[in-house]
Amino acid sequence: MTMINFDTGDGTVTHGIRASERISDRLFRAACYTAAAGVILLLVYIAFQIGVKALPAMQDYGFSFFTTQTWNAQKQEFGILAEIWGTLYSSLLALVIAGVFGVSVAIFLTQDYLPRWLAQIFRTIVELLAAIPSVVLGLWGIYVLIPVLRPIADFLHDTFGFLGIFSTALPGPGLAPAVIVLAIMVLPTVAAISQDAFQLIPGKVKEAAYGMGTTRREAIFKVFLPTASSGIFASLVLGFGRALGETMALAMLIGNSNQISWSLFAPANTLAALLASSWPEAGPIEQQALLYAAVALLGITLLVNVAGVLIMAFSNKQQVS
Amino acid sequence: MSDATAIRSGVPDLTRKPGERRALTDKAFTTFLWVMAVIASVPLFSVLYMLIAKGGGKISLSLFTELPPAGFALDGSGGIGNAIIGTLVMVGIASLISIPVGVLGGLVLGLIAPDSILAKTTRFIAKMLTGFPSILAGVFVYAALVIVMKTYSAVAGGIGLSVLMLPTIILTAEQAVRMVPQRMKDAAIGMGCTPTQTIWKVVLPTAIPGILTGIMLAVAGAAGESAPLLFTALFSYYWMSSLFEPTASLSILIFNFSSMPFEAQIELAWTASLILVLIVLIFNILSRIVGRKRV
Repeated sequence: MTMINFDTGDGTVTHGIRASERISDRLFRAACYTAAAGVILLLVYIAFQIGVKALPAMQDYGFSFFTTQTWNAQKQEFGILAEIWGTLYSSLLALVIAGVFGVSVAIFLTQDYLPRWLAQIFRTIVELLAAIPSVVLGLWGIYVLIPVLRPIADFLHDTFGFLGIFSTALPGPGLAPAVIVLAIMVLPTVAAISQDAFQLIPGKVKEAAYGMGTTRREAIFKVFLPTASSGIFASLVLGFGRALGETMALAMLIGNSNQISWSLFAPANTLAALLASSWPEAGPIEQQALLYAAVALLGITLLVNVAGVLIMAFSNKQQVS
Repeated sequence: MSDATAIRSGVPDLTRKPGERRALTDKAFTTFLWVMAVIASVPLFSVLYMLIAKGGGKISLSLFTELPPAGFALDGSGGIGNAIIGTLVMVGIASLISIPVGVLGGLVLGLIAPDSILAKTTRFIAKMLTGFPSILAGVFVYAALVIVMKTYSAVAGGIGLSVLMLPTIILTAEQAVRMVPQRMKDAAIGMGCTPTQTIWKVVLPTAIPGILTGIMLAVAGAAGESAPLLFTALFSYYWMSSLFEPTASLSILIFNFSSMPFEAQIELAWTASLILVLIVLIFNILSRIVGRKRV
C-alpha cells in the first residue's frame, strides 16, 4: 500500500496505515473470527462430549433403550419409552394451549384492537412472563395451580371418567398442572414470533382487504391468517422445541412416574425431568444411562429446532418478497 | 329492461346494519380476543401476588447474612445469603466468558463478514442454540469439566450458564451492529481507518445500547436458570470459600426446598423466589431502558 502524507500546512500531518495498526487490525479480526467459529465448535464439542460419555450405556442397552419402559437403578434396567411418550404428549398439549392463546394475543396486539399504549402494556405483560424463572413457576404450580386444579379434575373424572383423558383422578402432581405451566412458558415465544409474522404483512394487503368491505374478523380469517401462516407455523415449531427441553417446572409438577397413559391427570415423566430428578442421587451406572437419555433429548430438540429455524427463514423470505 | 336496473341487479346491497350476522360475529371475535388476552395475563399477576404475599414477609437483614437452615431447623430462622452470592458469582463468571466471545462473534456476523459461510453457519447454530434445552448445557459441562475436575464447582456452573448466554448476546450484538448507519462506517473508512479502528471508534460506540440490551437479557435469563446448575454447581449449605467447590444458588435452593416437608423451608423457597424474580426483573427492565436509546 502506498503511503500518502498530506501536509495540512498547520503543522499536523495525517498518515497512512502504520505497520502496528495493520498488525493490531489483523489480530483483532482474527479474534473476531475465532469467536464466531467458537460457537460452531461449541455445538460440535457439546454433541461430542455427551455422545462419548454416553457411549458405554449405548453399547449396553442399544436400541431397546428406546422401546422399554422400566427405569430401575437396582436391577440396572433402563428404558425411556415412557419418558419419550411423556415428553411428546406434554409438549403437544402445551403447544395446543399456547398456540390458541399465543396467536389470539398476537392478533389482538397487532390488528389495531387497542390503543397503542394499552397494546404496549399487554405486550410487556406477555414478555415479562418469559422472564419468570422455571423454578419459580414450578413452585407456583405446586402451591397455587395444583390446589386450584384438583376440584376441577375430580369433577371431570367423576363425570366424564369413561373418557380416556379423564380416566384417573389428579393425585397431586400430574400431567395437567405440568402442561399448563409448560403452556405459560411457551406462550411468550409463540406470541412474539406470531406478532412478527403479522407485522410483516404489507400495508397494501390490509388496505385491499378492508377496501373490499370485510369486517375485521373476516379480514383476519380470510387474508391475514393465511398470509402469516408460515410465520405462525414457525412460532409453533420453535415453541414446541422449547417445550421439549423445559426441565425444572416439569420435574416439580409432572409426578415423575414411569408410565404411559392418555389421562390428563395421571403422573408422567419427561426426558428432561427424568434427568433433573434422577441425577442428584444417581450412581455411576445410572448416570451413564441418564447421559444416554440426554443424547435422545439432544437429538429430538436439535431436529425440531433446525426445522423451526429453517421454516422461519423460509417464511420471512416468502412474506417479504 | 333499462340499463340502470341491469346495473343495479348486479350490485350487492351495500347498506350495513349493526345487528346483522357478520357484524355480530365480528363483535363476538373481539370479545373472544379480549378474554384470551386477559386470561393470558392472569399467571403473571398471580405469580407476582403470591411472591409478595408468601415471600415478602420474611425479608429482613438476616435473610442476606445467614445460611439456609439445614435439616430440622424448625424455628424459622436462617437466610439465603450464600445462595444470593453464589448466583451472582456464577452469573458473573458466565458474563466474563460470554460477553467478549458474543460481541466479537456478533461483529463478524453483522459487519466483518456477514455473508461468509462462517457467519451463516454461526448465525444458524446460534439461532438453534437459543432453543437449546438448558439442562443439556449442564450435562455437557458435567461431561467436559466436572468429571475431569472431580468436583462440582462455581466455575463449572458459570461455564454452563455461559453456554446459554452466548447465543442471545451474539445475535443481539449482530442486530445492533447492523443498525449502525452505513454512511458512518463509510465515513470512517474514508478517513483512513482500518476496519478495527472503524469498529472501536465508530461502530461499537454507536451500537453499545443495542449490545447492552442483549447482555442484560442474557444475564436475566442466566440468573433464573436452574437445570444446568444441578449438574455443575449442585448446592451447598455453607458460605463459598473458593470457586472450586459445590456452590449454592437461589434457583437450586428453591428447587430443593420446594419439596421439603417443613413450613419454614417452604417459606424460605418463596422468599428466595421473590429475590430471584426481583434480580431477573431488574436486569429485564434495565435492558428495556437501555434499548430505548437505540439508534
